[in-house]
Amino acid sequence: MSWLLRHLFGRLPIGWLQLTHNRSRFAAALAGVAFANVLVFVQLGIMNSMAAATLRPYEFFQADVMISAGDANALNEGGNVARQWLLQAMADPDVTDGMGLFVANVPWDRVEKDISLTTFGIDPAKPGFLAPAIADDARLLSVQHATILDRLARGLARDEAAAIRPQTPLGFEAQGRRLTAYATFAGGGGFGGDGYMLVSDQTFLSLFPARSSGAPDHILLAVRPGADIEQVIGRLTTLISDQSLRIRSYADAAQEDLRYQQTRRPTGIIFGFGVLIGVLVGLIIVYQVLSTDVADHLREYATFKAMGYGQGFFLGIVLEEALVLGVMGFVPGLIVGTGILTLMGAITTLPLAMTPFMAISVLLGTLVFSALSGAIATRRLAAADPADLF
Amino acid sequence: MEDENIIEVEGLNHCFGSGEAGKQVLFDISLTLRRGSFTVLMGPSGSGKTTVLTLIGCLRGVQDGSVRLLGHELNGAAEARLVALRRRLGFIFQAHNLHESLTALQNVIMGLQVHPGIADTVAQQAAAHALGLVGLADRTHYLPANLSGGQKQRVAVVRALVGNPALVLADEPTAALDKDSAAEVVDLLKRMGRARGMTTLLVTHDSRILDRADRILTLEDGRIVGSEERG
Ligand SMILES: Nc1ncnc2c1ncn2[C@@H]1O[C@H](COP(=O)(O)OP(=O)(O)OP(=O)(O)O)[C@@H](O)[C@H]1O
Ligand SMILES: [Mg+2]
Repeated sequence: MSWLLRHLFGRLPIGWLQLTHNRSRFAAALAGVAFANVLVFVQLGIMNSMAAATLRPYEFFQADVMISAGDANALNEGGNVARQWLLQAMADPDVTDGMGLFVANVPWDRVEKDISLTTFGIDPAKPGFLAPAIADDARLLSVQHATILDRLARGLARDEAAAIRPQTPLGFEAQGRRLTAYATFAGGGGFGGDGYMLVSDQTFLSLFPARSSGAPDHILLAVRPGADIEQVIGRLTTLISDQSLRIRSYADAAQEDLRYQQTRRPTGIIFGFGVLIGVLVGLIIVYQVLSTDVADHLREYATFKAMGYGQGFFLGIVLEEALVLGVMGFVPGLIVGTGILTLMGAITTLPLAMTPFMAISVLLGTLVFSALSGAIATRRLAAADPADLF
Repeated sequence: MEDENIIEVEGLNHCFGSGEAGKQVLFDISLTLRRGSFTVLMGPSGSGKTTVLTLIGCLRGVQDGSVRLLGHELNGAAEARLVALRRRLGFIFQAHNLHESLTALQNVIMGLQVHPGIADTVAQQAAAHALGLVGLADRTHYLPANLSGGQKQRVAVVRALVGNPALVLADEPTAALDKDSAAEVVDLLKRMGRARGMTTLLVTHDSRILDRADRILTLEDGRIVGSEERG
């Protein structure tokens, strides 16, 4: 480290020597920076997994345009859409197909744990609206009370899920009905439910007798290849007289849902705040360490000033210290952060993991904020007056 | 451009504070120091010796009068010019002011590194050699905390002289030392100064140093009241 810094700065690594002179203070400073890093990593990990969990159900389907109720900020939120608009939309020359999508949570009381499955009711005759991995199994749903089950659902044993085949289906009781799972797909627990389930619209209506076939939660539309989706949306907006509906491209709907979760829902805001707190904690710790260090060495700095060292030299020392604290605090922070995220991911089955992008952005953030703290700390340098040395 | 006078001071006045609270401590000081001379500045406590030293050493702004250091007028000089001039000076303080986190060798290197373009290895060798000259060859890697007072002050002297300054300014460098250490440090100053052709201005009360001076200036209440040539 000393050698590296000597060559980086082209002088004695005074910052390094100064920091390591007081070992216990140095260790405490590193622990502080590492702690701030862990805080940011965990919050970022949760935010990332929230984003992944929000976007995941959108990946089960394929569509170009989605029509939802005005208050439907997420797939399983808000009112329904009258099926008549599906028929209206089909009149557009560029709309090639459409399907009503039903959503509701189905509680499943299992022996070990009661879980809740976000259940989608789809039309088994329209596999084109399903992701390729699921589409092949769609025909299995035409049997009444057949389901395709999320094999990554929380509370479902992995080997139990893996055994589910059309030849060896899994029967279970939910919502007062006897359901049979004939196949599985990869979903995973999210923040709103423990997993997912696919059923036919008929089965869905039998599970929820209060719902009507004339009012699905969303309408998915497929558009002729090569057609301009925005133009189609424009025409649909004039065609459909119910102005309260949201007519969006499917991709936009997913992104708007994500933005809604991150900026409007309390959970999203809290985790965003967590990142901010982590950054602040790190900033304050580094500032505290560096400004104390400057204050402790005013006499030495004044001596260096008298010897003819200029302002840039002192700024260099403090930045060197900021660099040392940032890099050396980051490494344990990364290790502990990765461990905590892995552990949390294993416990919650949320997609929690350290990503290279996270690691690099936190490292850069740490360096930038350490340098910033250092730059603020150098204000104290003005107090080093060489005339006071005599 | 640089003539034989390293320092030319003309009509120097200095005040601390301003307005009603202001107090003038230097009155119409004029003095010149010839290249290679060893001058002692003495006078009672509070007479203004340190103030003169800090003004000549570019550590305080000149308010009134003229100070020419190495041919450069300090009155009204820009900060960058003052910083550059300080590199050609060597300061020795009453306290050693060594950096506690740096070894003796590293402290001395700091006196060289201020000059751009000195290679790392050259600085190392020069610093080690200079410490050897003052009998500290076996202490180069000691931190100041593990050196005696006299040893620390010798390191400080080496740090001030290793860069071959044109002018050495020392303010009671022996006040904190016992008799033997003080003699050692003064001998060192004199010896190295002569060998390198340095000019020295030294503030002291120490009578043993007076014997070694080329010239003794006496300050009283902010005025020069005596100038005695010797040797
Ligand atoms: N920073 C300052 N602010 C105000 N007054 C000062 C300051 N520094 C010195 N003085 C005053 O200027 C006068 C001269 O001080 P100076 O330190 O030059 O004396 P000195 O001859 O070095 O004394 P000593 O032998 O005690 O070191 C003193 O009256 C002192 O109180
Ligand atoms: Mg004094």
